[in-house]
Amino acid sequence: MSISEQQLARVAELARIRLDAATVTEVTRRIGDILAMIDQMGAVDTTGVAPMANPLDATQRLRVDEITETDRRERFLAIAPLSEEGLYLVPRVIE
Amino acid sequence: MEWETVIGLEVHVQLATRTKIFSGASTRFGAPPNTQACAVDLAMPGTLPVLNAEALRMAVCFGLAIEASIAPVSVFDRKNYFYPDLPKGYQISQLDHPIVSGGRVRIELPDGSSKTIRVTRAHLEEDAGKSLHEDFHGLTGIDLNRAGTPLLEIVSEPELRSAQEAVAYLKQIHSIVRYLGISDGNMAEGSLRCDVNISLRRPGATGFGTRTEIKNVNSFRFVEKAIAVERERQAEILEQGGQVVQETRLYDPVRNETRAMRSKEVAHDYRYFPEPDLLPVSVDRQFIEAVRATLPELPDAKAARLRTDYGLPAYDASVLCASRELADYFEGVVATCGDAKTSANWVMVELLGLLNRENLEIGASRVAADALGTLIRRIADGTISGKIAKAVFEAMWAGEGDPDAIIAARGLRQLADSGAIEAIVDAVLAANAAQVESYRAAEAQKRVKMFGFFVGQVMRESKGKANPQQVNELLRRKLDGE
Amino acid sequence: MHELSLEAIRNGLARREFSALEITTHFLDRIARIDPQLNAFITVDREAALAGARAADAALAAGTAGPLGGVPLAHKDIFCTDGMRTSCGSRMLDNFVPPYDAAVVERLAAAGCVTLGKTNMDEFAMGSSNETSYYGPVRNPWDRERVPGGSSGGSAAAVAARLAPAATATDTGGSIRQPAALCGLTGIKPTYGRVSRHGMIAFASSLDQGGVLARSAADAALLLGAMAGFDPRDSTSIDAPVPDYRASLDADLAGLRIGVPKEYLDAGLHPGTERAVRAGLAELERLGAQVREISLPHSPLSVPAYYVIAPAECSTILARFDGVRYGYRCADPQDLFDMYARSRAEGFGDEVKRRILVGTYALSAGYYDAYYRKAQQIRRLIAQDFHAAFAEVDVIAGPASPSPAFRFGEKSTDPVTMYLEDIYTIAANLAGVPALSVPVGLVDGLPVGMQLIGRHLDEARILNVAHRFQQATDWHLRRPGGID
Repeated sequence: MSISEQQLARVAELARIRLDAATVTEVTRRIGDILAMIDQMGAVDTTGVAPMANPLDATQRLRVDEITETDRRERFLAIAPLSEEGLYLVPRVIE
Repeated sequence: MEWETVIGLEVHVQLATRTKIFSGASTRFGAPPNTQACAVDLAMPGTLPVLNAEALRMAVCFGLAIEASIAPVSVFDRKNYFYPDLPKGYQISQLDHPIVSGGRVRIELPDGSSKTIRVTRAHLEEDAGKSLHEDFHGLTGIDLNRAGTPLLEIVSEPELRSAQEAVAYLKQIHSIVRYLGISDGNMAEGSLRCDVNISLRRPGATGFGTRTEIKNVNSFRFVEKAIAVERERQAEILEQGGQVVQETRLYDPVRNETRAMRSKEVAHDYRYFPEPDLLPVSVDRQFIEAVRATLPELPDAKAARLRTDYGLPAYDASVLCASRELADYFEGVVATCGDAKTSANWVMVELLGLLNRENLEIGASRVAADALGTLIRRIADGTISGKIAKAVFEAMWAGEGDPDAIIAARGLRQLADSGAIEAIVDAVLAANAAQVESYRAAEAQKRVKMFGFFVGQVMRESKGKANPQQVNELLRRKLDGE
Repeated sequence: MHELSLEAIRNGLARREFSALEITTHFLDRIARIDPQLNAFITVDREAALAGARAADAALAAGTAGPLGGVPLAHKDIFCTDGMRTSCGSRMLDNFVPPYDAAVVERLAAAGCVTLGKTNMDEFAMGSSNETSYYGPVRNPWDRERVPGGSSGGSAAAVAARLAPAATATDTGGSIRQPAALCGLTGIKPTYGRVSRHGMIAFASSLDQGGVLARSAADAALLLGAMAGFDPRDSTSIDAPVPDYRASLDADLAGLRIGVPKEYLDAGLHPGTERAVRAGLAELERLGAQVREISLPHSPLSVPAYYVIAPAECSTILARFDGVRYGYRCADPQDLFDMYARSRAEGFGDEVKRRILVGTYALSAGYYDAYYRKAQQIRRLIAQDFHAAFAEVDVIAGPASPSPAFRFGEKSTDPVTMYLEDIYTIAANLAGVPALSVPVGLVDGLPVGMQLIGRHLDEARILNVAHRFQQATDWHLRRPGGID
């Protein structure tokens, strides 16, 4: 399978990555190469094989419902790009 | 043209756990912004989710309450989208293998009929934070305290056919989660939120029309109004030969209209896939049975029992079962006084009246159930009249003490001593000799009204304490010579 | 002093032959003198290291020191260190000072280790040559015109150049074993779940595993023992006791069944590497092992399956780098979308962006079944291959990388060529089994590695085989020329 520049633009939008117009052709070609390599997967018939999401053959462990975290807001906000009055600030969100 | 409204609800219930679904941070409502957002909630690099046992138990509890299947193995997925209140850039949710599937909820309709609505599924997921749109130099503020609060998303089949049915269903879900104690159901604080899917079709049609989704309709009244206006809007479009656009809309309660969300959000593609940071969740038979054993009596069963055990009318039973606390209160009153019908009247009229007046929940009642029961007993045993009892109840509400103390302190005990009452009757008749004359001269029909005058006078003289039955008997004997 | 093994350092400290301050200062001085030629470190906080050493000396004097009290080491800059910048080799985290320690950092600190600094790496661990780091490439101490491998290239170069006695590292598709091979080190990726991932910046959650780069199997056994173990903060952490890996190092190899997958000695393998690996296998036979050919029939598909799964997982786990709560935010965002798209375009390098785009595509509507689901099915077939093989053999052996260290730029222009660097290592990550690389020879003066893959949770066995091999050979004692 290959990918067109339009498809790549849509994927980049979904991934929130601005593509540089000057390199988009090159990026598309490289990704096309990778997809072509990935297409080798078609060589094996996987009908009826259960997908494996995690190498551990185990089930989820549960956590006791007890508060273990304390307020560390000042420490966390100190590394934020922009904050005020205890809030993270971002460009206006429109609903 | 006639249209059938087809409605399905997605109800998000915040589970009443102490901590987040995947972290040990508190879920308490109303803390200063970002003071309850820990490193996991903030999606700090390298932090990992671990499932809260209590959230799982509560989801199972709900599933059993609506007679649904509990998945022996359920799976969490990543639902990917960017939003500033979603720290990881994905929400951990459940897509293909939800914990609960295939349940049913019975609703009672205003015309006295009932209907069963099927619940497609209920799955666990994490809540997002909040965007605050107050002006921070033209920017939006993000509070992530709510991020990671456990949610149970309950999805109904599109089997609701009117705003009334939708509200009845939502109220029933509200009632069930509160009965189970798995959510406080506080809609004002967002503990229970509702998305409405609505479409129209011609009566008798089997397919569905194009639907719209109205997001975050967060009160019973708004659900009713939003459905009404959206139904209107869609009908108008269809009648003019137009097509409904499948989209997400918001209900504006101020203008009482729905409008398309304005965000120029890129069309979503959530790219769900199994969350590799969590393993499949296993729930065994033993656990399910242990949870089942803790299930309380649910609203339907409780109402049925109140009808049979106490002989209450269906309406009274359903009103008293709206919440577990109210039903418990009622049963507490009956336990003390033994008179179910009078108890029901007092709880529904006097108590709910005062609670509504002061906008209080039953848990905040200033009169305890056994105190109300004692008061009712004092009517039955003739200590006070029903009318005096209402004054005593007000005094109890005001915190003046238990009914017997108030009756004693205010001297409200009924005069049951016939000699004392007779003295008052004699005095009243002596003081109103002219009226006694005209009473005796009057026709039988007129006498009825005139008789009331004498009763009133005696009661006034006794400050309401004379036993009305004795007063009646004495007057009848002395006036009519019976 | 910088040639001492971890055991020797520990003993020297215990016998007061030298202090933690002395040995820490010694390594810090070497870093200051030699690292400018290698670029193995991103961050060295000399004062913090010296303070750590003094504290270790105090603990040693008081008799309260942990089992590795005063042993200096380096951490890959993927492990969060409380109060010390943790960049993950990315501009995105150039300003990121974590308010917490990774579990690995915590455990080693509790054992008494002194942190020398944070080592360079491919950006977000995506690379096999250390050329994708925002902080520039790391040079291979054996030949500075060549790559050290990646992504743990900084840790490998630092240990090979004796700038640290050992280092932590991570391995998602070969990021410990391939640099170990290219730098002449012993590097182990334990069983998935053996070492906590808490505080280890994720690339692909179902593949990432922390481990060790060291100069010998004995050193690796000692360090891994201190790092491994259950952590309730990581849902994928295995709740099983950690054996004393050193206790079984000397076990006899007689009768041990070693399988060599025929798919691993294929046409893509450098002839020199193949000769060295075959010689290594012969040595293992001399030590009593039975070596036989086996087949892992689906292993040729491990690279394509991996390059769906790893990008898919990375495309979502890296969504948190959005310029809102920490890390890089672009200047003057026009609106919310612009803030996201430009912060991520400017904060991530080309390879990271490429993988995010591939992963996003593979998960998107209409492609999920053909890519992601298919890859996860192949993953199961690969895991089943291992399961079947381990019914017949105890250990699987083969090359760790297709060739010795290559020159800068030789493979970095073509991603697919670079991806094939991990052709022998990726399968162990997909299946979650433990694997290590030991030095097995020199080809044109460059080290090559032999990979040993063990059963689930059987790190002790592969460390034992590696140790016996190292008792019989001296490849692991060779050191790069030009490093004093």
